Amino acid sequence: MIEGVSLFEIMSLTTILFFIGIYGFLTRTNLIAMLMSLELMVNAEAINFVAINKYLSPAVLQGQVFSLFIIALAAAETALALAIILHLYRLTTKIDIKEVEELKY
Amino acid sequence: MDAFSYTYLIPLIPLLGFLFLGFTAKKIKEPVSGYIGTAGLLTVFGLSLYTAYKYFFELGLTDDKYQTVKIAIKNAWLHFSDKLAIDLGILIDPISVMMLIVVSTVSLMVHIYSLGYMHSDTGFSRFYAYLSLFTFSMLGLVLSSNLFMIYIFWELVGVSSFLLIGFYFEKPSAVAASKKAFIVTRFADMFFLIGILMVGYFGQSFDFETLNNPTTYETIQNWIANHQIFSFMGLSMFTWALILIYIGGMGKSAMFPLHIWLPDAMEGPTPVSALIHAATMVVAGVYLVARLFPLYYHIQGGVALQVVAVVGAFSALFAAIIALTQEDIKRVLAFSTMSQIGYMMLALGVSGFEGHEGLGYMAGMFHLFTHAMFKALLFLTAGAIIHAVHSNFMKDMGGLHKYMPVSSIVFLVAALAISGIPPFAGFFSKDEILTAAFEYNKLLWFIGFLVAGMTAFYMFRLYFRIFFNKQTDYGDHKPHEAPVSMLIALVFLAAMTVISGFIPFSTFVSADKIPFHSHIHWGDPLVIGSILMAAFGIGMAYLMYFKETAYPQKVASAMGSGYKWAKNKFYFDELYIFITHKIIFDKISKPIAWFDRRVIDGFMNLLGVTVEKTAERIKFIQTGRMQDYAMFFVSGVIAIVMLIIFFR
Repeated sequence: MIEGVSLFEIMSLTTILFFIGIYGFLTRTNLIAMLMSLELMVNAEAINFVAINKYLSPAVLQGQVFSLFIIALAAAETALALAIILHLYRLTTKIDIKEVEELKY
Repeated sequence: MDAFSYTYLIPLIPLLGFLFLGFTAKKIKEPVSGYIGTAGLLTVFGLSLYTAYKYFFELGLTDDKYQTVKIAIKNAWLHFSDKLAIDLGILIDPISVMMLIVVSTVSLMVHIYSLGYMHSDTGFSRFYAYLSLFTFSMLGLVLSSNLFMIYIFWELVGVSSFLLIGFYFEKPSAVAASKKAFIVTRFADMFFLIGILMVGYFGQSFDFETLNNPTTYETIQNWIANHQIFSFMGLSMFTWALILIYIGGMGKSAMFPLHIWLPDAMEGPTPVSALIHAATMVVAGVYLVARLFPLYYHIQGGVALQVVAVVGAFSALFAAIIALTQEDIKRVLAFSTMSQIGYMMLALGVSGFEGHEGLGYMAGMFHLFTHAMFKALLFLTAGAIIHAVHSNFMKDMGGLHKYMPVSSIVFLVAALAISGIPPFAGFFSKDEILTAAFEYNKLLWFIGFLVAGMTAFYMFRLYFRIFFNKQTDYGDHKPHEAPVSMLIALVFLAAMTVISGFIPFSTFVSADKIPFHSHIHWGDPLVIGSILMAAFGIGMAYLMYFKETAYPQKVASAMGSGYKWAKNKFYFDELYIFITHKIIFDKISKPIAWFDRRVIDGFMNLLGVTVEKTAERIKFIQTGRMQDYAMFFVSGVIAIVMLIIFFR
């Protein structure tokens, strides 16, 4: 329990964070910005895990362990995504998603 | 028994020969491949003679009876149930030993003959490879120890017959003939297979030794008596099984109405006609009935055997009538073969079982033996004539006696033998058939008697028209006597034709395997009658054909449409074409094809087209823009969450 902060407040924060991420992901066309939005969503979830773990079953630490995993995974994923973006840039000299739409019907 | 364990070599040697010649057909040239094939056959011939000597004289009689020797190569090769299994084995008994002699003798002679006949043919090595394949299959067929093995080899001889009829595959008529032979015999084999399965189901065995055991057929008889319900048209299922097996034999032996392939099979090289379509393969049906003879005789009072007799007698008469009118010498011989096989079937059909009553069985086997010799001789001589004249038709021949004296004499020997003039081989066997038929049924005897006269007539019609009659002008290309290799085979077979009638056959082959003695009663009216009948046929032929006369024309026109029908083989080919094309193809196959194309395929195409059209409509969703996909995904998730929240 964190003094003076209820679960509702923390959940509100993560929800806002998550939807900002979704908004950014859907609206930005720059791949780097989309990647950043993705990170926002992932972080919102990581906070959720910690908070819910703390408020529902403080005796065990599964939620916190999960958030550690999420952080590690997010780092790996970012590295991969950046590599892809870099490669795409080398191929097309663009990182604008609107310009790269080869994979359509 | 161990003493006979070498017999597996007899079919194995031609098989190895086939594999060797088949793989090296391109590399080994004439005449080496012929020598290899002939050497293999010579070994087989020696082994067969040795086996015969060993079986009949060394092993001899045990308890006054020839014992059946079975050599198991593999027990329970195919295991169906505890009682029903198929073994691989070799069966040696009087008839299989007799067939070994027939097959190896004729095959060896054909191998030697073909060295000359197939000279400078491009397919020389291929021809010898096929001959070896056929010899292997035929020897396997005679040595088979159970119905399934015989079926396997039955199909193998069918295949080799197909390959050899279609040997000149650049000739459309040869291709058509080989297909016809294959399809007709396969059609009959379908019934054969059903018969085999029924025998296996109702008799609980495929093994000849078990099936021909008295206890087995007594068990089957009891079973039939207790299970009247398993019958169709008054005949029990087992009788039907035997009749179905006989239909298989009818297909291979060219019995009416499945005879249509045999005349066309003459498209193959002449040695092939001699080997396969005269001496060995076509008598497989006779051999099959003889193999299962105790069953045919005992089950339900021998109803199936009566079918054999009637079909045989009818085919003999039918083919003899057609043979009277044919112009192609090979076709005359083909119909003659069919007629003589009808004789053998008749002999088996009228036979009893024990002691002297089994005369018909013995006579049928005897006729098979002698017929193989003289008919092979007739075909090989015909081959020599065709080789010299380059035509199959009698109108292109005539006066050949002075050009080909040896061929003329051996042909005369064979023609006398088939006509039944003593002392040639055919007389003894044919006379015993007629005696057996006379004791059984006067009508069947009369048919046989009539056919004997007709046989003499058409054979001498052939002989006189080829070797005497008009003096055809052959121009610069004078006919010449056949090369030595061909003459060796001809003279050997002629010698066999002369002496084989004196073999005391009844002391070797009989239905119950107990030897008995049969003599020709020279004073018997039956014997004198059949000799007179043959002499009458020969005399008629002499009058009409020795010199060029107007009689044949007059007789033909006096017969009117009868002559025309016989000449066109009673329009059976046309009838079959009508049935297959107009009825089966048009009335059954075409509606089925229409249903398949329009309804079944139509439904499948409809499915395909629907999917394609739908996809065409909705493919715009696939924009290739990641955010669109994400948008769909997010809105989907939101929609599901909403549903869960509001409609829980």
